[in-house]
Amino acid sequence: MPKRSSIAPVDFRDTPEEARFRDEVRSWLDANLPDELRGHGGGAARFDGPEVRAWSRALYDGGWVGISWPEEYGGRGLSPRFQAIYLEEEARAEGPPHIGVIGLGMAGPTIITRGTEAQKARYLQPLLAAEEIWCQGFSEPGAGSDLAGVRTSARLEDDRFVLDGQKVWSSYAHIADFCILLARSDPTSERHAGLTYVIVDMHAPGVDVRPLRQITGESEFNEIFLSGVEVPLDNVIGDVGGGWDVAMTTLLHERGTLGFALVARLEVQVQKLLALAVDRGATPTQREAIAREWIHLQALRVTAYRSLSALERTGIPGPEGSILKLQWSEANQRVTKLALELLGADAQLLAPNAPYGGYWTTQQLRSRGNTIEAGTSEILRNILAERVLGLPRSR
Amino acid sequence: MDLSFTPLQEELRDQARRFLADTAEPTWAQLAELGWTGASVAEEHGGAGLGFLEEAVLHEAAGAALLHAPLWSTSTLLPFLQAEDQAAVAAGERSWTLALAPLVPDLDTATHVAVVGGDTVWELEGAGREVLATSDESRPLGVVSGGEAGRALFPSELLPALRARSLTILALEAVGVAARALELAVAYATEREQFGRRIGTYQAVSHPLASSLADAELARSLAWWAAWCVAHDEPDAPVAAAAAKADAADAAVLACERAIQVLGGIGFTWEHVLHRLYKRALWIQTWEASPAQLRAEVADHLLDTA
Repeated sequence: MPKRSSIAPVDFRDTPEEARFRDEVRSWLDANLPDELRGHGGGAARFDGPEVRAWSRALYDGGWVGISWPEEYGGRGLSPRFQAIYLEEEARAEGPPHIGVIGLGMAGPTIITRGTEAQKARYLQPLLAAEEIWCQGFSEPGAGSDLAGVRTSARLEDDRFVLDGQKVWSSYAHIADFCILLARSDPTSERHAGLTYVIVDMHAPGVDVRPLRQITGESEFNEIFLSGVEVPLDNVIGDVGGGWDVAMTTLLHERGTLGFALVARLEVQVQKLLALAVDRGATPTQREAIAREWIHLQALRVTAYRSLSALERTGIPGPEGSILKLQWSEANQRVTKLALELLGADAQLLAPNAPYGGYWTTQQLRSRGNTIEAGTSEILRNILAERVLGLPRSR
Repeated sequence: MDLSFTPLQEELRDQARRFLADTAEPTWAQLAELGWTGASVAEEHGGAGLGFLEEAVLHEAAGAALLHAPLWSTSTLLPFLQAEDQAAVAAGERSWTLALAPLVPDLDTATHVAVVGGDTVWELEGAGREVLATSDESRPLGVVSGGEAGRALFPSELLPALRARSLTILALEAVGVAARALELAVAYATEREQFGRRIGTYQAVSHPLASSLADAELARSLAWWAAWCVAHDEPDAPVAAAAAKADAADAAVLACERAIQVLGGIGFTWEHVLHRLYKRALWIQTWEASPAQLRAEVADHLLDTA
């Protein structure tokens, strides 16, 4: 039997340093988050109106943006756990997220790990400061889960690529300044080869953005039409023809940093569900279902911490992120549906008669997208089956 | 917060897996020799002086191996016993089970029986024991008859803390059962061919196994959270233990059911170990309180305290 020595036991408590940081975040949010921005329910309110941009700038000035980014790129160089603490507290305060989420979670980390020095110098600081907003151009009408089916073409002409094609499901595209985009630079290539990853100026001639109206009635996503859009070669990230590899870096970071914000938002959702149950009453069966969701939330919370510990050990987000996203999306669907059940027929009412301002109906409808966006549940189960369990590939 | 396993925990896990794989029916004395029976007993009483979080690793491994020994029942009582009893457990001379309900577990293996009487938990002396045939042969149930209260062991007011510990260990065992059932199913789906392809390439086979993985990892998170709460005597311990046992038992049962389906006819045979894992999972699911009952307790905690 080994002796108890050199033990740094599994610990669920904040260290004194973490607790100090959490206090700082809390009191700053308390003092600075405007009342009209509290109770933020996500959706299109993430980018409507100038106040979210002003709030994002305030976050930057307060030192809360790029917490775990390297100092040389304008970050604070802290370990990811401090970023996690920030995200938890932001979600608990129900403040809107920084308007640059695509830049912070996807474009930025990709530029940091794969970009040139010139690209880092040009793009990172304005991204943190919410001066320039980013969107993502991966999916196409014919390339959803099967991203290797990308057909948007990048034709080399002298010192630039010329882009033609169509991208879809791009949030923030209607207000974005730049887009990280995957295009086929070798017209004879198939699948994963011959793709190039570029930064597209969304204000360039030939870029046309059209919002998509979604199930909630809101517009969060857009189509991007590209016709003869010029992209200088300086805007290529990674190698020409090596875009697939760079895109995988982006997606890894998307799921790696997403988990904490998701769990923290689910925590707020479950708190609201508990309040609703106290408010409107619940049958024994409903009470059991509510308890099940609360238990699930605790499991997700601890799993997020476990994946964070793994991230800090290896430096890259592991496949645990896929477990978290898979389970979170299905949990959010169940939680919001349970709320509708508690509301009964009242859930059918729209504003101005809807209880809680129609919050739950919107949330439930929006949650249907959770198992589709950022990796469908089917793709995530493939990832778990093949990369974690080691089962033979299905394709 | 740091939720990575320590080198010590990893070492214990490896040791436990190796030993249980090599030893079909380990005796209590053998487990004592390894230091498992007294893992969390203080060093001055002959134990290893480890915490419950180190011991937790052993319970996960014991569950996976379907250990037929009174480790859960003894460990549940252990911290509430007197130093002399703790030392005897660490030395492998005594093991315990608690007669709380008409059906009592581990009567075939435990040397001592504790019984609740009024405000005190007593040692039950001179009682007859009958071990009944039970579905899970590795953890049979039985009944005690006659006998009388011997030594006073500890006050009954400690029973809620004891229950949290018991539920947490069962959750840990369930995680071990789920992980092993999943492992067996993955191994089979990787080798077995039908229609000219390995069956693991079919998503109708692989996706339920991916779900088992996701469920088992969430259950593991809950079991470790509960173990942490128990180890630190946190006020959340009873609710964390109830949550963990409810979820982990369901995850284990489902993981076994999915594995049986993936193995097809083989998984349905008496020869294969799967049915024994399944029976242990069902045992854990029904013992003390069902997942539905435990969730009702959690709901009371969440909705009726305000």
